[in-house]
Amino acid sequence: MPAFGSFALLVALALSGYNLLAGAVALRQLATGGRGWVSPEKLAETARRAGIASFFATACAAFALVWAAFTNDFSVAYILEHSNRALPWPYKFAALWSGQEGSLLLWAFLLSAYGFVLRVRHKVDVKLTAYASTILAGIQVFFLLLVNVAATPFSLVTGAVPPDGNGLNPLLQYPEMVIHPPMLYLGYVGFSVPFAFALGALMMRYPGEKWIHITRRWTMVTWLFLTVGIFLGMHWAYSVLGWGGYWGWDPVENASLMPWLTGTAFLHSVMMQEKRGMMKSWNVWLIFSTFMLAILGTLLTRSGLVSSVHAFAQSAIGTWFWVFLVIVLAVCLFTYILNRDHLKTEHKLESLVSRESSFLFNNLVLLAACFTVLWGTLFPVLSEYVQGNRVTVSAPFYNRVAVPIGVFLLFLTGIGPLLAWRSTSWRSIRKNFVVPGIAAVVVAIAVIPLGVHPWTIFTTDEQGGFYAWITFAMAAFVATAIFAEFWNGGKVIRQKSGQNLLASMVQLTRRNTRRYGGYIVHFGIVLIFIGIGGQAFNQSHEQTMNYKQSFMLGPYRLECLDYSQDSNANYDTEFALLNVYRGDRLVTKLSPELRVYPASGQPSTIVANHSTLAWDLYVIYAGKDPATGQPVIKAFLNPLVAWIWIGLIVTILGTGVALLPNLSAAVAAQRHRVTLPAEAVPAGRAGD
Amino acid sequence: MHRLIRFALLPLLAVLGVITLGSADTEARYNDLGHKMMCVCGCNEILLECNHVGCPDSNRMLGELRAAIASGDGNDAVLAAFQEKYGPTVLAAPLLTKFNILAWVVPPGLLLLGLAGTFALVRKWRLRTAPMPAVADDPASNELRERIRRETEL
Repeated sequence: MPAFGSFALLVALALSGYNLLAGAVALRQLATGGRGWVSPEKLAETARRAGIASFFATACAAFALVWAAFTNDFSVAYILEHSNRALPWPYKFAALWSGQEGSLLLWAFLLSAYGFVLRVRHKVDVKLTAYASTILAGIQVFFLLLVNVAATPFSLVTGAVPPDGNGLNPLLQYPEMVIHPPMLYLGYVGFSVPFAFALGALMMRYPGEKWIHITRRWTMVTWLFLTVGIFLGMHWAYSVLGWGGYWGWDPVENASLMPWLTGTAFLHSVMMQEKRGMMKSWNVWLIFSTFMLAILGTLLTRSGLVSSVHAFAQSAIGTWFWVFLVIVLAVCLFTYILNRDHLKTEHKLESLVSRESSFLFNNLVLLAACFTVLWGTLFPVLSEYVQGNRVTVSAPFYNRVAVPIGVFLLFLTGIGPLLAWRSTSWRSIRKNFVVPGIAAVVVAIAVIPLGVHPWTIFTTDEQGGFYAWITFAMAAFVATAIFAEFWNGGKVIRQKSGQNLLASMVQLTRRNTRRYGGYIVHFGIVLIFIGIGGQAFNQSHEQTMNYKQSFMLGPYRLECLDYSQDSNANYDTEFALLNVYRGDRLVTKLSPELRVYPASGQPSTIVANHSTLAWDLYVIYAGKDPATGQPVIKAFLNPLVAWIWIGLIVTILGTGVALLPNLSAAVAAQRHRVTLPAEAVPAGRAGD
Repeated sequence: MHRLIRFALLPLLAVLGVITLGSADTEARYNDLGHKMMCVCGCNEILLECNHVGCPDSNRMLGELRAAIASGDGNDAVLAAFQEKYGPTVLAAPLLTKFNILAWVVPPGLLLLGLAGTFALVRKWRLRTAPMPAVADDPASNELRERIRRETEL
């Protein structure tokens, strides 16, 4: 099987290389009118088919590696390092992406899968797809070169084959780890597609904005994958790492956040290009940057340039990524300089108080957030270069610099939908801002008795209370503004159709899925901000516990019922059994664990969490007191965390709605058996 | 009017001062300083959040932190002592010294520059845009405008 996998990778490289070269020659001939011994159309078609075939070859290689894991083929060095016989089967599957070589193979496989879909759907626009396919083939060649030359997943062990493997990193033996990396990679890799379309459209001086329409769904689906991937990673960190938090501003986390921020900016600013023919250069560079940031993030974490909890082992692979990044930047710059006249804007901003300018400021703030994350991630390297010593840039830096930017972004999320395209009158602003403004003030006052004290920023070094206060007020502003959009639109439809308000709102959403789906996504983001705001009020307590001993944390009393140990083929475990009381009422039983995996000798924390909408009671087994043998229990009371995960679900739902096609007014009316008057609302607008 | 506002603010600030008096007690300082430093075991985690089983450094460092606070050292002196002993990477964020100031001022500086630039750009564009001619108040235009308003009122 290793030989089959290696051969499949070589074939995939050859096919992708052919796709790149033949595609480039064919496109050059089509552009210049030149002809070779075969017509450019036929050459382009062979290139496309080679691209499709490369998917099957890469899939065979990925299958070979998974098969080696399932059959315990420890002659493959990668399987020896990342699997063992006792490993449960879902985690054997996860071995594919648990190391450097396997994760690069996964990257190549997903890229070829995206390429497969793109090449099969080439009739959407044959010429533009040919450009995009050739550019994607170039990216594929890079990753296939990596797995064929620099990080080969099918290397064989030298000498006798050991009877068992070293096992999977215990931290990765968690259900979310089976889906978190593929989701994240689908997000990273997926941005290659809009990047390829944007670069292709610029190379061929594609007329109009159709390429944006073609890539809209690609971009949104990719953005959704990246979003889900990031949040699954947060949930995994929260549930497994056992430090009581979900985001540590680690370079790997930052690497995933940067393309997400620029991708989000792109999703907003393309609307200005679609509607008003503006910001064409900006959009092209946003998607170029998003792709390059995905590559840069991979470079940072795989080259050992920055130290990280998650980083893969240091290797020479970083040089490959540097070279690739420089080539990508050079191609983008060269293409842009050659064709920048094609990106001339058709309109200009007419007012500072308009939907366009809100998008512009939203983009600016998103990019500022992205730059802050990049700056913080790279500053230790810069400091070493300039001062001769590294410094650490961790949570306190981001809390002071990035959090205010995030709160400002939340504010812009609220005001954007309240402004009209081109220009908004002051009368309209007053009318639209009154209710959300009142909601913000009411919430700002209401949360003070609940313990949210903004003035602590003036008297202590603690800023959390102040930012939480602003966040809750802004959240009320944005949520009210979004609700008002649904309410007002629903009322108009109710007047015309006679349906109830809820049904009217549903119909309103279906008539312009992109706009109202976007509002649902914004509402999800509001919920996420509320959840993050709760972090300012975390409490914790650590104690060594004997039988029947207890301690208080917030409203809960935790009592040690029992503690013991156990073992199975995969791991040994120590655990405590705790009764959790609120007053005299038994609320739940929690059993935090500490596992040690003999194959790797590594420990892993299994958190016990009692989650409610108000807070999480998060308990870990921190170890054993060496003197008494009694368990050391650390408990956290983390307010509002559940709203982060609820916000993610709402965001997924909103993106799903935005991906649906619009329902025309006539069809909607027919479905509700209501005849619309002649002057009824027109069929779904182009979306905003 | 301004003087009146100032007089009104004074008692408010006094009340706030009383409410928050004594908040910087020993435990709060321990918690604050413990979150401003990193564990040096190589885990890349904040000192108070390092939860590695058998971590060779975090417990000792936390003990040193408690001792430093108990000895009456100020926050800056505690941080300086840890930096002296463990090197600059022990601090979770750069101090406001020399080159490190750049870490703090560049991102907000660029954001402010970007905001100012955007304001200036939009203003320039607006000034260049030719004003729209005044619309004649004739019944045909009004009727058309009313129809458009009705059809696009969502």
